[in-house]
Amino acid sequence: MPHRYSKVMIMMLLVAVALVTATASFAAHDAAPAAAAVSATTETGHGDAHAAAAIPSAVPQSTAPWWVWPVALFIVTFILGILAVLGGVGGGVLFVPIVGGFFPFNIDFVRGAGLLVALAGALAAGPGLLKRNLASIRLAMPVALIASAAAIVGAMIGLALSAAVINTLLGATILFIVVIMATARKSDFPVVPKPDALSQSLGIMGIYREESLGKDVEWTVHKTPQALFMFIVIGIMAGMFGLGAGWANVPVLNLMMGAPLKISVATSKFLLSITDTSAAWVYLNQGAVLPMIVIPSLVGIMLGSMIGVKILAKSKPKAIKWMVIGLLLFAGLRSLLKGLGIWK
Amino acid sequence: MSNLKTQASEEQMAYAKVLNIGMWLGLAVMIVTFLIYISGLLPSFVPIDDLPKYWTMRVHDFNVALHAPTGWGWAPLVGKGDYLNFVGIAMLSGLTILCYAVILPILFKKKDTAYAIIAIAEILVLSLAASGLLKVGGH
Repeated sequence: MPHRYSKVMIMMLLVAVALVTATASFAAHDAAPAAAAVSATTETGHGDAHAAAAIPSAVPQSTAPWWVWPVALFIVTFILGILAVLGGVGGGVLFVPIVGGFFPFNIDFVRGAGLLVALAGALAAGPGLLKRNLASIRLAMPVALIASAAAIVGAMIGLALSAAVINTLLGATILFIVVIMATARKSDFPVVPKPDALSQSLGIMGIYREESLGKDVEWTVHKTPQALFMFIVIGIMAGMFGLGAGWANVPVLNLMMGAPLKISVATSKFLLSITDTSAAWVYLNQGAVLPMIVIPSLVGIMLGSMIGVKILAKSKPKAIKWMVIGLLLFAGLRSLLKGLGIWK
Repeated sequence: MSNLKTQASEEQMAYAKVLNIGMWLGLAVMIVTFLIYISGLLPSFVPIDDLPKYWTMRVHDFNVALHAPTGWGWAPLVGKGDYLNFVGIAMLSGLTILCYAVILPILFKKKDTAYAIIAIAEILVLSLAASGLLKVGGH
């Protein structure tokens, strides 16, 4: 596919995301007055419909038929799946601010779904990365222990905070991620002058076949204690906002610890399957998982990712990276302004 | 590091094997149970048509309004179309615990005590998260 066609295609995808999310947002908000009058006398399985009417919801309700939302969700997540691969980000980091900002679902259910979307993507990628020895289990295990424990704390904090605070913090975090993506450099083969004592005692080192160079590359890491501290923060943020944390994992593994970029990216992806597991259980046990949101999102983003991988070979990564940054900037601002009550 | 090989270690390969099988199995179960759910073959705890009235609520309010179960309270309700989906979700969420349990004997066999301890600690952390013992206060 010539570059000009891939550019047009990506622009069309971005327009499609904007259209579907704008329509979803409009439908949700336009329906608010009508929804207020909706009678809650319908009998539910075991539920108390009268109690439902008495409890205010944090998000305007919609009178659109139920099936509109999973279909819209599938379309948006399919496109996000493509963009995530092309932009080199995880699905969760796009999913939570965009679906949370423009769909009628409460942010609690969006975060629960976001974690499961990121988890499924990581689980799907894990076996291949481990077998090819790109993801290192020796590098991942100590880090995962810290991050997964912190993610539990983050999930509990996140579910206890008010929706306004969560949206504000999420918006600020997404804008921070935009800055990281726009400015952070990456190093294919960082120099590690001397492995630290902890990494040496744990034997965190490896060797992998670098096909682009046609040779084996040996690697070690340093600054392990500092990195473990960073993973406490990363774990808390992942659990609190339901984001996959690849945006933070990779810079810490690559720039701080000095793991080669390929090892960092692959280990980060594998790491998400452990970190997100612990947070996902907290959301699941609190009831913050709705299959009607999770399954269409998960299928959409996985199918989109498969298409994204095929487009990736024929597209210009730099242009796409800036488009994804633009999308995140918009979604982050939306979340921030929603949290501050400026853009409801 | 001359003794290092480009091949993945035994525990890494074992982890990958279990992860691969479990992931596909979990995804298949999720898709099948979701089709059962939306087809209406089984009654739902929350009728699908009413769902839009509830998904705008905070989860705490959702649980109060519907007397929805928390923790493992969903397990006795798998006969309901919506909670049937939790089987596949729990399978995917529990897969990492299984993977760690599988590599544990390999780590012991290799006398890799540090990583065996890390694996046990990880199993405990994930099991605690999965147990439903951790309660989140209202807001």
